[in-house]
Amino acid sequence: MENAFGQPQNVVVLGGSSDIARAITRRLCAARAHTVVLAGRNRDLLDAAALEAREHGATKTDIVLFDAEDPSNALRTVSEAFAKVGEQVDLVVIAVGLLGDQSADEDDAAASARVATVNFTWPVAALAEIRRRLVLQGSGRILVITSVSGIRVRRTMYLYGGTKAGLDRMCDGLADSLEGTGVTLQLLRAGVVRTKMTAGRAEPPFTTGPDEVAKNVMRGLENGDRVIWSPPVLRYVFAVLRILPKKVFRRITDR
Amino acid sequence: MTRATLYGWGRTTASIADVVAPTSDLEVATLLATSNEVIARGLGRSYGDPAQLSGGVVLDNRELGGIGEIDEDGVVAVGAGVSIDDLLTLSIPQGWFVPVTPGTRQVSIGGAIAADVHGKNHHVDGSIANHVLAMRLVTPTGAVTTSPTEDPSLFWATMGGMGLTGVATTVTLRMTRIETDQVLVDTERFADLDGVMAAMAGGDANYRYSVAWVDCMTKGAHMGRAILTRGDHALRADVEKATLKGPKRPKLAVPFDAPSGLLNPLTIKVFNEIWFRSAPKHEVGEPQSLSTFFHPLDGLRDWNRLYGRRGFVQYQFCVPDSQGATVVDAIKRLSGSGVPSFLAVLKRFGPANPGPLSFPMPGWTLALDLPVGPSRLPGVLDDLDEMVIGAGGRIYFAKDARLSPEKVRAMYPRLAEFLEVKNRVDPEHRLTSDLARRLQLTGR
Repeated sequence: MENAFGQPQNVVVLGGSSDIARAITRRLCAARAHTVVLAGRNRDLLDAAALEAREHGATKTDIVLFDAEDPSNALRTVSEAFAKVGEQVDLVVIAVGLLGDQSADEDDAAASARVATVNFTWPVAALAEIRRRLVLQGSGRILVITSVSGIRVRRTMYLYGGTKAGLDRMCDGLADSLEGTGVTLQLLRAGVVRTKMTAGRAEPPFTTGPDEVAKNVMRGLENGDRVIWSPPVLRYVFAVLRILPKKVFRRITDR
Repeated sequence: MTRATLYGWGRTTASIADVVAPTSDLEVATLLATSNEVIARGLGRSYGDPAQLSGGVVLDNRELGGIGEIDEDGVVAVGAGVSIDDLLTLSIPQGWFVPVTPGTRQVSIGGAIAADVHGKNHHVDGSIANHVLAMRLVTPTGAVTTSPTEDPSLFWATMGGMGLTGVATTVTLRMTRIETDQVLVDTERFADLDGVMAAMAGGDANYRYSVAWVDCMTKGAHMGRAILTRGDHALRADVEKATLKGPKRPKLAVPFDAPSGLLNPLTIKVFNEIWFRSAPKHEVGEPQSLSTFFHPLDGLRDWNRLYGRRGFVQYQFCVPDSQGATVVDAIKRLSGSGVPSFLAVLKRFGPANPGPLSFPMPGWTLALDLPVGPSRLPGVLDDLDEMVIGAGGRIYFAKDARLSPEKVRAMYPRLAEFLEVKNRVDPEHRLTSDLARRLQLTGR
């Protein structure tokens, strides 16, 4: 069960080897998490993340292998992860995502579809099963990692930003649908984070490290915020950016 | 059965369960036999999650009513769903008071036993369990009558057992004789914590009831300034007009959730200042009504809403007599961290009873109300846990919403003894709660 500060004990992390997921897992384990099931594509990376979870206080860890390019495995992946926890699941983190290479992908039908599948279709399929299970349970939280790039989609990143926007918008409605079920869904809208996914790219303003994101997540879980912004100032930055005239927006973001 | 959202008095963690209100022992037994996971709930005044069970069955025990005749020795059989308020309404006019009352009348007798509640008289009279002569307990393996002489291990495991050994349906209590509905109260103000603790250690034995309210927001020389109130029931000869009137219904209520943040360091400081200054410096033998003295917060219904959407936690610990310094250190740690805390309640405990999970131990207990919100709070309380464990003390389950299973094992060394009894009467682990899952008290 989670405690009064929104600190869970039993956690499932889908996309558990990403840098942001690992930073969140570390902090959850340092608080109250004792059982952690990490799902992802790469066994070695998941094993390393599981070891790290135990070093930070988890007493029981396990892994589930899946490929987010194939939504037909979402049901199996979620079911297996819940079964491996073996008790009620307090928190499910969805940290599945593919940044892609916009300039290479934009005229490639298969590559574009792949970005959409990983960022949108697979999480949507997984959420259906997560929702069903948690509602039956009568408690639990879902944390979905989207991105500020979905708040106003830029032309240089429209595949990633647009598909994350789709997930973000859908989750907003899903969260409303959970009212009165004992289950809640929270969105993490992160700015650019220094990770292996963004390595080698120019750092825009408000870039942070994964641990700062994890810190903001812990606060957001405690406060029950529907949307967790990281860093928090991006809430205001994007309140302005989303209403800027197109020309001005492009001039600022096309650099 | 209806699906309902349940939470504790602190309104922090909510969960959904199937709620059903049994009206007889037989219905309770049937529900225990047909539910995979089940827990009883009274009036929901525990602060955290002991009376809720996500995805399980919660027995709303308020229909288990009925108050028998109070005999000449004050012995009375009471339905577990009866509130202390109901009982006092009937008993005060007959000249009887409950032997132990927590700070609110809005607790059920069943809940009082599950938490083994204590009151301002613990240093003299012990906790509620010390006044229970027998009870009817429906367990998953059958209904039994248990008392300190009939299956004593089950009786004592149930006292403070948070409802995990069975569902009490009828409780036989011995009440306390009173001649009036007044208490004669001595009030003293103290400029610091050392002063009030010395007065309590030296003088509490002369009073049946004693409690101190401590200001945890003031730093420096006046850290822990306090108001000590002590008294005993007034005799007929003590007052001009001896009456025996039951408690009044509260007229005031908090109609909606206050904005989170209403209770912040500034407003709490102001409140504490007013509270402190409005108390007399020194007053002797002032007659107060039973309600004013025992249940001051019952005058304002739904006061927990003042803490807003995020709710609040209560941190109550006890430490042995020799570890009074821990109380000082705890208040220092809190006031130093800037975490706002409403007036804290400080009390002395007398001897413990044989209950393996009963909270009180001889020494000191401090209870703090803390709004959820400050980012330092979870860490500060984790630190306080370590101090409490280091001092050989423990945390009160009825107030807890954030402890960890490992720390429970350090605080309650007789947990294994409790679980042995639980597994005997509940071999299939049906009795559980969100608290039991969180703190691993399920016996699995």
